[in-house]
Amino acid sequence: MTTNRKSRREFLLKTLQGSALTATGALGWFYLIQQQAQASPHAVRPPGAESREEFYARCIKCGQCVQACPFDTLDLAEAGSYVPVGTPYFVPRQTPCYLCPDIPCQEACPTGAISETLEKIEDSRMGLAVIDIENCLSWQGLRCEICYRECPLKDTAISVEHQPRRLSKHAMLVPLVHSDACTGCGICEKVCPTQQAAIRIVPPELVQGEIGEHYRLGWKSETSITQDFKSSTDQSAKDSENPALDYLNQDNEL
Amino acid sequence: MSITRREFLKSNIAAVTATTVGIPVSQVVNAAEAEQDWQWDKSVCRFCGTGCGIMVATKNGRIVATKGDPDAPVNKGLNCIKGYFLGKIQYGKDRLTKPLMRMTDGQFDKKGNFQVVSWERAFDEMEKQFRKAYGEKGPHGVSIFGSGQYTIQEGYAAAKLMKAGFRSNNIDPNARHCMASAVVGFIQTFGIDEPAGNYDDIEYTDTAVLWGANMAEMHPILWARASDRKLSHDKMKIVNLTTYSNMCSDISDVEIIFKPNTDLAIQNYIAREIIKRDAVDHDFVKKHCVFATGPYDIGYGMRGTDKFAYAAEKDTQAKERKVTLDAAEAIAQRRKPGEVVKQGNTKKPVKHWMIGFEDFKKGVEPYTLDFVAELAKGDPDESLASFKKKLKQLADLYIEKDRKVVSFWTMGFNQHQRGSWVNEQCYANHLLLGKQSKPGDGAFSLTGQPSACGTAREVGTFAHRLPADMVVMNPKHRARSEKLWKLPAKTLNPKVGSHYTKLMRDLEDGKVKWAWIQVCNPFQNTANANHWITAAREMDNFIVCSEAYPGISAKVADLILPVAMIYEKWGMYGNAERRTQAWREQVAPPGDARTDVWTLLEFSKRFKLKDVWGEKKIPGLKSKGFKEGKLPDVLADAGKMGYSPEDSLYKVLFENDFTKQYKWPDAIAKGHANSTVEDLGVDWFVEKGLFEEYAQFGRGHQHDLAQFDVYYDDKVRGLKWPVIDGKETQWRFNERWDPYCKAGSGFDFYGPALKALPSGDLDGVKNKNKTKLAGKAKIFFRPYAAPVEQPDTNYDMWMTTGRVLEHWHSGTMTRRVEELHRAVPAAQIFMNPDDADKRGLARNDLAWVESRRGKIKARIETQGRNRMPKGTIFVPWFDEGVFINKVTLDATCPMSKETDFKKCAVKVYKV
Amino acid sequence: MNESDLKPKLGRDGEPMVGTNGRPMHELLDPPQLRGKITVWRFVILRRITQIGILLLFFGTAHWGWSLAGEPLLSGNLSGSEFAGLIPMADPFAVLQIVLTRAIPDTEVLIGAALILALYGLIAGRVFCVWVCPVNLVTDLAGWLRRRLHIKDLLHLPRTTRYLVLVAALLLSAITAVAAFEWISPIGMLHRELIYGIGLGWIAVLGIFILDLFVIRHGWCGHLCPLGAFYSIIGRRTARLVVAFDTASCTHCGECATVCPEPQVLNLKKLEQTGWVTPGECSACGRCVGSCPEASLEFHWSLGRRDGLEPKFTQFSPEIISQRRSP
Repeated sequence: MTTNRKSRREFLLKTLQGSALTATGALGWFYLIQQQAQASPHAVRPPGAESREEFYARCIKCGQCVQACPFDTLDLAEAGSYVPVGTPYFVPRQTPCYLCPDIPCQEACPTGAISETLEKIEDSRMGLAVIDIENCLSWQGLRCEICYRECPLKDTAISVEHQPRRLSKHAMLVPLVHSDACTGCGICEKVCPTQQAAIRIVPPELVQGEIGEHYRLGWKSETSITQDFKSSTDQSAKDSENPALDYLNQDNEL
Repeated sequence: MSITRREFLKSNIAAVTATTVGIPVSQVVNAAEAEQDWQWDKSVCRFCGTGCGIMVATKNGRIVATKGDPDAPVNKGLNCIKGYFLGKIQYGKDRLTKPLMRMTDGQFDKKGNFQVVSWERAFDEMEKQFRKAYGEKGPHGVSIFGSGQYTIQEGYAAAKLMKAGFRSNNIDPNARHCMASAVVGFIQTFGIDEPAGNYDDIEYTDTAVLWGANMAEMHPILWARASDRKLSHDKMKIVNLTTYSNMCSDISDVEIIFKPNTDLAIQNYIAREIIKRDAVDHDFVKKHCVFATGPYDIGYGMRGTDKFAYAAEKDTQAKERKVTLDAAEAIAQRRKPGEVVKQGNTKKPVKHWMIGFEDFKKGVEPYTLDFVAELAKGDPDESLASFKKKLKQLADLYIEKDRKVVSFWTMGFNQHQRGSWVNEQCYANHLLLGKQSKPGDGAFSLTGQPSACGTAREVGTFAHRLPADMVVMNPKHRARSEKLWKLPAKTLNPKVGSHYTKLMRDLEDGKVKWAWIQVCNPFQNTANANHWITAAREMDNFIVCSEAYPGISAKVADLILPVAMIYEKWGMYGNAERRTQAWREQVAPPGDARTDVWTLLEFSKRFKLKDVWGEKKIPGLKSKGFKEGKLPDVLADAGKMGYSPEDSLYKVLFENDFTKQYKWPDAIAKGHANSTVEDLGVDWFVEKGLFEEYAQFGRGHQHDLAQFDVYYDDKVRGLKWPVIDGKETQWRFNERWDPYCKAGSGFDFYGPALKALPSGDLDGVKNKNKTKLAGKAKIFFRPYAAPVEQPDTNYDMWMTTGRVLEHWHSGTMTRRVEELHRAVPAAQIFMNPDDADKRGLARNDLAWVESRRGKIKARIETQGRNRMPKGTIFVPWFDEGVFINKVTLDATCPMSKETDFKKCAVKVYKV
Repeated sequence: MNESDLKPKLGRDGEPMVGTNGRPMHELLDPPQLRGKITVWRFVILRRITQIGILLLFFGTAHWGWSLAGEPLLSGNLSGSEFAGLIPMADPFAVLQIVLTRAIPDTEVLIGAALILALYGLIAGRVFCVWVCPVNLVTDLAGWLRRRLHIKDLLHLPRTTRYLVLVAALLLSAITAVAAFEWISPIGMLHRELIYGIGLGWIAVLGIFILDLFVIRHGWCGHLCPLGAFYSIIGRRTARLVVAFDTASCTHCGECATVCPEPQVLNLKKLEQTGWVTPGECSACGRCVGSCPEASLEFHWSLGRRDGLEPKFTQFSPEIISQRRSP
């Protein structure tokens, strides 16, 4: 009887200990995953990769996209790199995405991490090109604009604006990136002739702002005065909530 | 995804060249401190004809940095991306630093592999082979492929050695491929070469009309100036006439996409409008111009024989003899469609005669808006109405009173089967309107190469030229040159030598057996290249190639001489606005590389007067005062002048009493070395002596250059000739600016060449008596002529070639710069997406481009920098891996002999 | 060939040893001929061939362009792959994790996972572990060294831990919205980096090697690996490949348990009852088969229901036994 109880107690304890060990490991594990998923916002993903969360969830790390890429653009992240282990990414300065019209990486992806909803390669958003205008040669007035001329979406993704140069009668042909068309293919970063590329691909969310939903730029959105005005009955503010009253009735010292 | 595609793409991306360099700035921590012992000096850019000023910094015998010269009026401190990398071009890993000769078992062997040899051994073989060819074939059995990238001194030494020494006119520069049509246009119209205006025209004008000039890429810094004018001057309009949409269209007000060769018709439409709207500046025309025309049946500059032609080539080549006129051509030339015209004037295409204004009017009469619009519309997707509207806009801009207009052109006009004609037409319209030789008004030919003007044209390294616009055919010019060069009379050869393309044909014919390539890459840059490479490699000849990097010509050669690059020697260039600029030697040439001047002078030491000034045979020579086919023995006369038959050419031509007066060392060197002087072991300043001797030709003859030292003055950033009393000339032929104009003339087109003409009508000469035209410019009527090769059912597309901003010419320099190579690693086929679709091609696919002459493969680009209209492709030529000149047609303008690289028929299909 | 040819196993006292069932034990004879040696080592050799062969197929496709009918031969890796551009395959455990992240993966990968699940389900789940998984190369090496160096366990860990790890992997997948095990899997790291280039994945592999060599015997594969745990579960009821047991010849010498990486599966009582080794945790490595001096264990395919498998059915023919025992 005692031995039975003892062994049962031992068993329970063992189970508890095992579970505790697993739990400890799992906590470390959890931390590791969070760390990896959060710490690598700079990785440039294959075309059609869904949002970061979606992509991380779906990618099975099989590397079939890597093998399908005819330009050896893609690579699977090795352990210890800045990209979550095993996920495909590319370094535009080394090899950019050359925008294959048939999107072979997408075709190769078995999980849909590289989304099948991407129909035209021009619609992919791998990142956004950002120009360091302090080191961009064209922004200094030199006639470079290689990024512009080599951009596969020249004139829509990168355009050149002619600006006066104060120092002489030479216009500056300054490149500008348009986020509505930039695929983030990285050809511009690859071809940039400065020692460190003065145009880089970054995930848009790192650099892009957003103007308020409540405001429209007058010269950009065309509207006319509405003729048949529909009055609204929507009462979004609940009667019970009345901060003005609350404030007025607050009995603190004036 | 097939594996084959993957491998193809990979190999194509990995491309051919890319040997990399760097300016090894020692681990700079504090930039200012590191730069303390840098030495800066002024210089000029190595690349295009714009002629940007460059400041070069050196340290410990290496270039450590460059910058755009802020004091240079051309570029004010700016550079294009090629100029930005100037400091790196000399430091490619595969720089040639030792003479290399094809050898087997210690002996020269044309089929052998290249082996390192000493300079002595190299010159021994060169001399031996030279004597063999010279002895067998005479002075025209040897040749030099020269360059518009020669320094003035190099071009001068090469021309003098060939013309005065070897008595051969077989020296012709690659500028033949680039500016020859402009030259003919200038000489025939004004009697003197080179633009009247200067770059300041950009800041004065109201209109820039680009006729086949992609200035945005090919003259980047000038385009920045044109763009600035557009930004700062409300009235400014830019019109881009081109056969495909390029970067110039970005800020153009009007983009006109026309069919190849129809620029001839558009020009005549403008002329017709000028007359119809009575916009002719009658006063100006009456005082300063005459009308002229010439024959139409002048051929296409192709070989008259199909002896060497590939089977597929024969149909195109047959048109050199007779042409069946198509409907448009018939209207344009006032003949019947289907008429077969024997090309009777291929031998004398340049002859011309005076006509009356009424004749001219009659000539342009068929060029109505309807006719021209239908003929010229180059984009099948554009409506005729829209195209007509644009043509009318163009005419309006030219004609608008008080609107200043500058017409710019480069290779679109010059590399043209009727390049000389279209140049002349452009002047004609400016002259009719009186919009010429005034600030902001004028026709402005933009030069491609850094010294096409300064060297090839002004020094005269062409087969027919002598310095300062003189020509070998003219006995007075020869006499003057012989006097200045202290040569016995009749030393100079009156027979025009072979032009650049003809030199290639001569190799194939076996007429030329010895060739020396200097500062150019003829086997990559000449059209229909398969023929010439075979001739050079398979036939009995000896080809020497002076090179800095192993390009295609070096590979084709039998002997390679390693030579100094721009900042490893002293030199001077002349840019497109007549600005002569100079630089000092900044660093020593690497290894055993030597300056081109040294190679020329050293080679000249191996010949004595008795070797070259005896009687020589020149097949085909016919000239007054000369025995047919013979150059006389001038040794007796030479003796009278104090020369001995044993004197070396070096002593007579180069180290003579004149040049020796310029001593080395010289204070203007400011401590800079001179490799030419050191390697020759002399105490005279070779480059200065050569320059001053050369400058004598032009001084007092409308081509006055300043003293050598003036160009090295710290304050001077080049000067635009003629430089008179220390002052440069802004606008030539305009009395206000040009001291050569006769007082009170207002305008004086004083150029002396071809200033006496017979007269007649549009169809021919009626009065052989010549009228003198002193001070007058000619307004030529030239008709439209259809391109000799046009797309048909088999070869169904137009193909045009050209440059890209990032690379210079055949890429031997710029492809050694890692960054430039990375930017544009390989030439692509620019194609309309619908054309690609139709052929089952997508962007990035590999495709063949095939003509009657050869084929290449490259990747398809349907987006990118050039947007092609349906039916036309563009393939740049910088990439030796995409050897597009195997495909191009070697038809030339029959007058200028400049190849038309801009049009031939090809088919494109998937690999 | 008869009993007398066998070499009795002698105890420390020099006396012939007798098993608990009273049968005399014998030494495992090392056959002198190569053929015999191959017979003994045949499963190890076959396993190495398949392990390295599969790796080579992936590598060759990625780097040398191996193809079949114009399509890549075997592209991808063990997480997901495609054979000849036609047959998709995927790691069902990885796919399960993805499903738990609530990102519904594409059909292609679901089909691939189903195929693999069916394949291992029908053979024996953990066949993957020792016939395919590259980590097995590392742990086998560690195990071999461990035996040579007579290293004892540092600590004890229940073998059921792996099931907890498995549960943790699934829970974490649901919580973190990423396939939790795939993000840290040393198996994936080793395999990927062998194909796509070496990174720091070798550190994780070194960790496993050290764990197995110095800390716990069969520490990774036998105690922790959730993928192994996953495959233990899927093959349990459906496996067609089993190690059959011959009660009649067994001497209870215990050799098999010594070499077995999962010795709990060799419960003699159960073996005698069922006549086969319980599938599931058994990885079908064949070590016991090769090391049994009596040839009492042998692989057996049963295409029918395994419940119908009678112990008598597992009696080995005298030929097999004599062949097995011959020196």
